[in-house]
Amino acid sequence: MSPVVWQMSCVAGLLVIAILAIVLSRTRSATAIVYSITLAVSLVALIGSVRWLVAGAQNVSDLTLPIGLPWLGAHFRLDALASFFLVVVNLGGAAASLYGLGYGHHDPAPHRVLPFFPAFLAGMNLVVLADDAFSYLLCWEFMSLASWALVMAHHRETGNAKAGYVYLVMASFGTLALLLAFGLLAGPTGTYEFAAIRAAQHTPYVAALVLILMLLGAGSKAGLVPLHVWLPLAHPAAPSHVSALMSGVMTKVAIYGFIRVVFDLLGPPTWSASVIVLFLGGVTAVMGILYAMMEQDLKRLLAYSTIENVGIIFASLGLALAFQANGLKLAAALAFTAALFHVLNHSFFKSLLFFGAGAVLTSTGERDMDKLGGLIHRMPLTSFVFLVGCVAISALPPFNGFVSEWLIFQAVLQSPDLPQWALKIMVPAVGALLALAAALAGACFVKAFGVTFLGRPRSPAAQNAGEVDRYSLAAMFILAAFCLLAGILPGLVIDALSPITLAILDSRMPIQDNEPWLSIVPIAASRSSYNGLLVMIFITLSASSAVLVIHRFASRALRRAPAWGCGFSEPTPAAQYSGVSFAQPIRRVFGTLMFHARDHVDMPAPGDIRPARLRIELHDLVWEGFYVPLAGAVGYAADSLNRLQFLTIRRYLSLVFATLVTLLLVLAIWS
Amino acid sequence: MVVISDILVQGIQMALVLLLAPLLTGFVRKIKARLVRRRGASIFQPYRDLLRLLRKEVVLADNASWLFRVTPYVTFAAIWVAAALVPTFATGLLFNWTADLIAIVALLGSARFFLALAGMDVGTSFGGIGSSREVMIAALAEPAMLLIVFCMALVAGSTQLSTVANFMASSHVGLRVSLGMAMIALIMVALAENARIPVDNPATHLELTMVHEAMVLEYSGRHLAMIEFGAFLKLLLYISLIACVFFPWKIALFGAGPLSYTVGAGIYILKLAVAGFLLAMFETATAKMRVFRVPQFLGAALMLGLLGTLLLFVSRSF
Repeated sequence: MSPVVWQMSCVAGLLVIAILAIVLSRTRSATAIVYSITLAVSLVALIGSVRWLVAGAQNVSDLTLPIGLPWLGAHFRLDALASFFLVVVNLGGAAASLYGLGYGHHDPAPHRVLPFFPAFLAGMNLVVLADDAFSYLLCWEFMSLASWALVMAHHRETGNAKAGYVYLVMASFGTLALLLAFGLLAGPTGTYEFAAIRAAQHTPYVAALVLILMLLGAGSKAGLVPLHVWLPLAHPAAPSHVSALMSGVMTKVAIYGFIRVVFDLLGPPTWSASVIVLFLGGVTAVMGILYAMMEQDLKRLLAYSTIENVGIIFASLGLALAFQANGLKLAAALAFTAALFHVLNHSFFKSLLFFGAGAVLTSTGERDMDKLGGLIHRMPLTSFVFLVGCVAISALPPFNGFVSEWLIFQAVLQSPDLPQWALKIMVPAVGALLALAAALAGACFVKAFGVTFLGRPRSPAAQNAGEVDRYSLAAMFILAAFCLLAGILPGLVIDALSPITLAILDSRMPIQDNEPWLSIVPIAASRSSYNGLLVMIFITLSASSAVLVIHRFASRALRRAPAWGCGFSEPTPAAQYSGVSFAQPIRRVFGTLMFHARDHVDMPAPGDIRPARLRIELHDLVWEGFYVPLAGAVGYAADSLNRLQFLTIRRYLSLVFATLVTLLLVLAIWS
Repeated sequence: MVVISDILVQGIQMALVLLLAPLLTGFVRKIKARLVRRRGASIFQPYRDLLRLLRKEVVLADNASWLFRVTPYVTFAAIWVAAALVPTFATGLLFNWTADLIAIVALLGSARFFLALAGMDVGTSFGGIGSSREVMIAALAEPAMLLIVFCMALVAGSTQLSTVANFMASSHVGLRVSLGMAMIALIMVALAENARIPVDNPATHLELTMVHEAMVLEYSGRHLAMIEFGAFLKLLLYISLIACVFFPWKIALFGAGPLSYTVGAGIYILKLAVAGFLLAMFETATAKMRVFRVPQFLGAALMLGLLGTLLLFVSRSF
């Protein structure tokens, strides 16, 4: 069986499960059946794509089905880039299905989730496989609609209907941009096969327009600022394993679309394209993490952090474009590999963190961090894996997040060779933005873990929480293990990514397999190298030797006592630092500019017995400054046009006449 | 033979940083005391403090979790590994290639990450106030540090610290504006990272003005000893870093004879003493700033680092 047929059969399998789920959905065992078959199919698809990625350097396997447009058919193709993204999709899908086996039992309305879950996975697989513009757009819409249905699964909860609406609007807008982009690419002859688009020459004007349209289309799905507004609404609204898929995987499918068009179909890039991508990436990274820092809802915090990571990936892709445009092939391969590595890493830890948030949600019924706390005692295993995810996403060694950020910084250091002045100034500035984002991510995840899992419980729900089921734990532990493995054996990942850079950029990073001790070397060993395995061994050795020495020679006595409370014994848990107060220093530093943040203190007069209150005023400037006026304008235009529906027949006739005359005039002047 | 000497140098370095770190802090405290005309404790007092803490029992808050008990060892280990990778008296350390400067910054970041979490573990306001302010300072100090790293790496063509030190020790560096900016920025970051005046006061006992000390307020006994030791090591690390990059005078180059190692070690201790003296002078002469002035201080460091890097990017074309 050729690999693409293998993948397509898996997709067919997923679609069959979706139909099966409609039939089964009201039965009791539906959850177990659907998720276990989805898990099996995802694993089969995963095995197929991993094998094809590892084996195939330049191999391509394609398939044309006689469906869709009669003169076009539906083209599907599996190359190195597609198989990498299939690995990301199916690994995420398998983990989410495993998690769903446990989590799905707590779902109040499984019949709203079960049919769409496999359909959503199938949609993402199809987008990656599609090889002509028509099937690409069709699959893209299928994916969007399936995920929209999942966002609306619990549509009666407050905010979810709005989330679904905003998502639908933004998704339509994104598809419109993609439609125009493919229209431009197809040219006047209307060649929709990717192979023909790839072979065609595109004028710089068309290339620039396509780049901007792709940034709008793929960027709105991935969450680039300022098109991100739907993401923190929609991702948390879905059930947690779907949130994990949307944040960890669907944003990657959007990034795949961007890479496919801009790097593969569009031909050699111009350097000015990279300036836009770099700028958007850097700004998105910092804005995303600052939004996350201000957030009290655990799942929304994670969704905002997804925006940050998408920004990092786009910045890295921008670097790759800049190097590619200037013929610096090694550096381009480095930046591109870093971007792909971060795609993989983010799919690991973001899925893990959303699973953790889902576990907290099932166990306590709360997403608001300021009502949680102390869960490390009640959910020890969940809190352990969540901690692993937090350390990994904060880019701390020896976990995987650090490796990809390290590679990106190495790519930034390659850029003084770039000849253009705009890039010379842009690249260090973006490097600074990425460094700022990395540091803020650390702060943000100290907050996420510290407020949710540490301290004392802030509500009875958190007080009475318990550990979650074994399936959920298994899914989280597997992802945590991947986070560690990709962190300590990065050379294997980099080598596995080399067929992609060879196919797309015609160059690759040095072969890492030959490096002693499994180190990684981006350009040359004299310039920089990193060895996650040894760093981990060193830390373990020195920590354990410290423990040994101290427990051997020092006092081992330990006494439990109340925490020191400055004379106030037994202060209420409300006296702890909450998420809002934890963010206060950073809010004061960055928030006055970014959010027009203001603290209002309501201090009662002496003798008044009502409590003093502190109110925090935050403004989402993107929403209030752009979307609200836009929605207002659209509403005004609709209201004005509405009058046209209540005209007399005479006016309609004169309108028709006026239109006719105008069109004839245009025609006369035109020709 | 080469391998044995490599291992020896690396081993000596790891032991040396452990041995010297408390001494450096003791020295700084002594000088500070003398500058305000106190007699001050002996410069060996930090060792005694550590031993005393090790002998005491640990008083653990009722709801402290495993994370609280693990953190002292994790932070100590991360800082120790980082300190072992910064050349002190000799370049060409055996394990320099495992982690470059960016990784060293990230290792220190890991230590701080866990310490900030531990501050929130017990659920008292002091821990929270310390942690939240610490991450605010870190959120500005870390990018500044990374830009300084970029600046040094662009000059030396490597992020490998031994290579950087080798390059700086060679004669063809000359005076560069960007390196000057990087040095000033690095000193500012070092003051912030080590919780020194004017950013934080290591000697204060008023909780509301503390950052680092508030965060570790609940620690006692051997746990506190580990954290204090980590703090001593971090100060030594930053001074070694400044010394090996900007003042690599007489540092023993890779493969040099035992004599130059000895000279290197002697000069290194001298450098530590000079740096400690300057630090004490500076701390005595300045006042601590309000917490919300710190962002401006670190923002200046960030801008200096960025300017230095930008100058390097731009100057390549001339």
